[in-house]
This record gives sequence, structure tokens and C-alpha cells, in this order.
Amino acid sequence: MASAPLIELINVTKSFDGERSHALRDVSLRIDTGGFIAVVGTSGSGKTTALKMINRLLEPDRGQVRFEGEAVAGLDAPTLRRRIGYVFQGIGLFPHMTVGENIAITPQLLGWTKGDIAARVAELLDLVELPRSYAARFPHALSGGQRQRAGVARAIAARPRVMLMDEPFGALDPVTRDTLGTSYRALHERLRMTTVMVTHDVQEAVLLADRIVVMSAGRIVADDTPGALLSGHAGAEVSALMAMPRRQAERISKLLQASSHEIPRRPPHG
Amino acid sequence: MDERFTDALSLLADYTSQHVLLSAAALALGVAISLPLAVLASRRPRLRFTVLAVASLVQTIPGLALLALFYPLLLGLSALTVKLFGTGVPALGFLPSVLALTVYSMLPILRNGVTGLLGVDAAYLEAADGVGMTSRQKLLRVELPLAAPVFMAGIRTAAVWTIGMATLSTTVGQTSLGNFIFSGLQTENWISVLIGCAAAVALALVVDWALGLIEAGAVGRRMTPTVTGLAVLAIGIAAAAMPMGGSHSSGYVVGAKNFSEQFILAELMAERLEAAGHRVERKQGLGSAVIFRALVGGDIDAYVDYSGTLWTNALGRSDLMPREAMLDALTAAMRERYGVTVLGALGFENAYALAMQRARAAEARTATIAELAPLTPRLKLGSDLEFLGRPEWAALKQAYGLSFAEEKSYNPTFMYRAIADGSVDVISAFSSDGRIAADNLVVLADVKHAIPAYDAVILISPRRRNDETLYAALAPLIGAIPVERMRQANYMLDRDTGKATVREAARFLEAGAGLSGR
Repeated sequence: MASAPLIELINVTKSFDGERSHALRDVSLRIDTGGFIAVVGTSGSGKTTALKMINRLLEPDRGQVRFEGEAVAGLDAPTLRRRIGYVFQGIGLFPHMTVGENIAITPQLLGWTKGDIAARVAELLDLVELPRSYAARFPHALSGGQRQRAGVARAIAARPRVMLMDEPFGALDPVTRDTLGTSYRALHERLRMTTVMVTHDVQEAVLLADRIVVMSAGRIVADDTPGALLSGHAGAEVSALMAMPRRQAERISKLLQASSHEIPRRPPHG
Repeated sequence: MDERFTDALSLLADYTSQHVLLSAAALALGVAISLPLAVLASRRPRLRFTVLAVASLVQTIPGLALLALFYPLLLGLSALTVKLFGTGVPALGFLPSVLALTVYSMLPILRNGVTGLLGVDAAYLEAADGVGMTSRQKLLRVELPLAAPVFMAGIRTAAVWTIGMATLSTTVGQTSLGNFIFSGLQTENWISVLIGCAAAVALALVVDWALGLIEAGAVGRRMTPTVTGLAVLAIGIAAAAMPMGGSHSSGYVVGAKNFSEQFILAELMAERLEAAGHRVERKQGLGSAVIFRALVGGDIDAYVDYSGTLWTNALGRSDLMPREAMLDALTAAMRERYGVTVLGALGFENAYALAMQRARAAEARTATIAELAPLTPRLKLGSDLEFLGRPEWAALKQAYGLSFAEEKSYNPTFMYRAIADGSVDVISAFSSDGRIAADNLVVLADVKHAIPAYDAVILISPRRRNDETLYAALAPLIGAIPVERMRQANYMLDRDTGKATVREAARFLEAGAGLSGR
């Protein structure tokens, strides 16, 4: 390993209640450029806390977080955050601004010219597959999926190299969720970004990520490729977690094989 | 048309514009202070508690009392600035009014501001941090815009309160729509009271509507309503400011306390000055102590006071001497101690006296206060708002051993009602009051001379002590108003039917004095 990792957590500990319980216990994690990492675990496992350490929305009690080889504690937080895209479940599109204005925020904070910003907003709407006319709409006039697309567009507006996503598609219906996940993965490839995505949905993690980090009670309990984790793991907790998507996939493929021999018919609950 | 109506209309423009300027200044100041304070308070829980507690406390002080409190405060400040910089600050009029109103306007703005800022959804704050806003950018671009509707509701409440309470500023010598209300109440000119109320209500509604337009435009991001609202406010303030230009700088200011005789005499003096070609401002409805201070401080130039009042209150004397000798001693002491000129006595006395219904007095065989004294434990006393707190009352009580079963204070108009309907048995009447004869009352003689003489005298402020024009206009009134004439003039106003205007009463006095050139 010659070059330093893009993002590094070194022995990070965090408690929100004066050390009575820990959100993170001595967590270390290296993330290299270009990866798509999913962080999974039950609620309270510390996955969101770990994510927010990276763009300094939270500060560690002990340990260090490094970004591009520099300790983030020594960087100006707003400047750091303008270099990192951030999308979360609540989305937080500002309701008093149009979709276009929401998308334009970070470029505006960075002092881009009006012309550059307008061109970038149009380009981004195309990229996240929203009609350009939506720039003039207010967020409340959009559907949940459309809002999440706009949220992604806002996060990547200033061409960050890194994207942090916290349950980005959690509140969406399964179909929209799948469509958005797939199109985001394509965007990740095309823009050659590094993505860290927190999710409680193991199936989503398996289908989208190159690498899965499993957290439990503030510690990392597994860290490997989806394939390796699916084919078996020493820990019972991780095995149980990973068995679920595999079982579901097996059942679905059996159903598909069976149905290919039958006459197609409408399912009973349409 | 009714002359009371046309008279009131002729004053409407001036009163309204002063009311508008006062309210606008207070509200602007209130917003300027409350907005940053609300931001700070929303950040710091301890500061929030303190600020809101203090603002709420201020709100519980009655508006009138708050205005009254700023007067001595500014007097003290003025004494300090005179010492430090050689110039004082005005303790009467615009300044105390605007300060009291500002303080009063702060609570709704602060409370709504804090509520609005604390109510901003945490998701938006996290998003603001996430896109890389500094805390200042977060405040200006996210928190304030999102809290704006709640903030604006607070500002609208404050505007309506301020416009309403500004009517009270009349009592500290600031002209406002309250002048209609206070002078109307004293002279029972209900048309004047109604016009004052209606104008204040209309003003509040228009301002609230304009602020509502601005808010609606800002929320819906439409230019037209916002621009219309702003234009209405700007034009209103500009129009109010226009006639102000210098008109108050060189004119005379004539003061009046808060009863009919004072209104008539002030009007008489003002009209004489106007007839001589001067601009005159009338400051009416001032309290006894306030008006003398205002004269000494140069906030007003002339008014009529009563020798006994000045003797006991301004000079703190309790010794008694014959009427003529007291007038001479008063004139010398006023000049020496305050630089105030006693121009002379008008020719009548307006003494504090105790009065009863004629029939009751005859029945009880009481013609003097001495004869009344033993009956007082079974009688109720009605007085005006000042009497019970004055040294004259203390002197009377001590001299005759009075101890009434009950003592109640009234606005003078209602005091006469109270004795007429038997709510009280004895009242503190004024000897020049036309209602004594008209209501069939009898004045009980002060046989022990416990209280001093009350010659009506014209006082001139120190800054006008060498003003020959002022002297020339007012000197002809000296010795020219006999008590019968004053009683008649007072009764022209203090009656229920066939009521005359203040101006008519003033002209009646002037004609009686043989001075009317018109």
C-alpha cells in the first residue's frame, strides 16, 4: 500500500451520553478511491455515526478521521463539506427554494458564475433523469422519488469525489427504490466517485456495493465483498444477516423456473 | 355639519401624521433590537429565558405607567447629559413615547422569533450543514427564511399593539390620535373620542393589511404584493413626515392639564398667539407635575397653573399667607428657583373645595367644613384623580379631623355624576367649576383657611423669559377673567346637552374680557 487511503477512520470512539454507552467503539476503517461501500447493521449499530464523522457532522471523542491524507479535525468544516456530497433519508430539500436553487446551493457557496451554475443545473437534471422544467418547481410539488433524485443532484452539483449517503432511498416504495438505486450506481461508475452508503437493507447493499461493512453495537463485525459474505462467515450474527438475501434470491429463482413451464396468468392479488 | 366634527377633522391630518411617525419609529426600533436578540436567544437557552421573562414582565406593566416611568428616567438622563455635554435630552414628548412603545413592541417579535427559529425542522439544518454552509449562511439562507412567517406574525401583532398604545403618548405630551380621545373624554365630546378611536383602528388595519401583503408576497415569492405592501407603508410614512418639516422648531408650545378649564385657557392663549401670526402647538392632557417640569425644561412655553398648587407642590411650602402676599412671594420664588416667569393672575380662583348637594347640606345643617367633620365617618368622599394624593387634602384632613367612610377617585366628569346619583356624599370640587351652580351643589367654607388660595396664573418657561412677543400676546389676559365668566365658559363644555366646543368657549372668554378683535 503505497498511497494513503482516501478516507480513513483510525481507532474512533464516540459516546453521546458521557461514556455510559458507545455509538462507536475503537472503529478503524480504510476506504480507497473508487469504491462503493455499503455500511449495514441494525439501528443503533453506529453506522450513521461513522458516516457523519467523515464530513464532520459529528466529531470523535477519541481517535482520528483522515480525508485525502489530512486529519479532518484540522480542516474548516464548511470547506470540507463542499468537497463531499451528502444525501440523507429526510433529503432536506429547502422548501423555500425551487429545485433549481436547491441544486445550485453548493456551487453558489463556492462562488461559481451564474452562467456556470445554470448550465450545471440543467446538466444535473438530465443526469438524474428529471425534466429540466422541474428547476422552477418547489420541492413540495415533487413526488418522493423525484425529490430524492433532486437530493442526489444537489449532492453531486459541485463535482465531489466522494458521496456520503445515509439511508438515501429508505422512504421510497420498492419499485422506485430499485430504479433509483440502479441509476445511482450507474452515476457512480460514470462520474468515478467513491460512495459510502449507510443502509439497513442488506439486499440493497448486496446488489449495489463492491464491499460491505457490517456493524453491530458500535463495532465493525465484518468487512468483505458481497460475494464473500454471501458464501459464508464465521460470526453467527453476520451469517444470519447475509443468509436472508440469499434465501430470498433462491426462492425467487425457483419460482421463476417453475412459472416458465406454466401458462402465464395474472397473480391472485394483481 | 356639527362644529365638533369639523373641528376634529381639521386636526385629523396633524394627529394622524404624528401618530404614524411615532408608531413607525417605535416599531422600526423594536424590530431592529428584537430581531438579533431573538437570534441570540434561540441559540442560548439561558439568555432565552432571561430575555423572554423580562419582555413578558414589561408587557404586564400598564401602558400608561410605562410611559409615565420613562419621564423621570429621561429627566435623570437629561440632568446627566447636561452635566457631561452641556445639553439635555427632552424628557417629554417624542422621546419617552418612542422608547416606551419600542419596549412594548418587543415581546411579540421576540417570542415569535424564538419560536420560529426553534421550530425550523432539524432535517433542514442538517442539510444546510451537509451542503457546506457556514453558520452565518445557514442563518441567513435557511433559518431566517423558514422562520419568516412566524416572525412576521409577531411583527404584525407588535404593529397593531404599538398603534393602539401610541394613543396613550398624549399623556406625556406627544401629539397623537390619543389627543382626540383624552380631550374628548375630559370635555365629554364623544364625537372627538369616536374619531380618535376610529382613526387608530383604521390605521392599525391598514398597516396590518400592508404587512400581510408583504408577508404573502415573500412566502409565495411574488413581487406585486410585496411591492404594494412596502409602497403603502413608505407612502404613509413619507406623507406623515412631510408636514413635519420644521413646523415645530420655531412655533410656541402651549400646555394644558387634563380638564376643561385648562383646555379653554390654553386654546385662548394659543389663538391669541396665532392671531399675532405665530405658529402654535398645543400639548394637552398633561399631569400637574409633568406639566410644570415640562415648562421648566422648555418643552412647553406657557400654561396656566394655580398659585396654591405651585406653592405646595413646586415650592414645597406649607405655610399660609394672604392671597396677594402669596402671589408676590410665589412670583419671586419661581423666578429665583426655576427661572419661571409668573406673568400674572387671570383674575379668578380655582380652589379645591368640598361640595355637597344643596338639599343634603341644608338637611344636615352644614355650611362649613368644620360642621361637616363630625358627620364624615358616615359619608363617602368622591375626588378627582389627584386630590387624595395632594398635600391640600392632608392639610384639610388634619385641620378638621376628617375621616370619611370611603374615599373614591374619579375622572372629574364622572365625579359630578357620582354626587348627582348619590354614589358619594361629598366631592372635592373646583371653585371655578360651572357645574357647582348648575348641579345645585354648595361649597363648604374653609373657615380655618387650611388650604391656600388658588389664583389662576400664566407661567412662562425660562427659555422664553425675554420674549416680548409672547408677553405682548398674553399680558392682556391678566386680570381680565372674573370667576363668573370662567364658570360660564367651563359650563359650556361640562354639560350633557348643548355642549359647545373648546374654541367656542375660548372665544366666549375672550369676548367677555373685551379682547375679541374678530
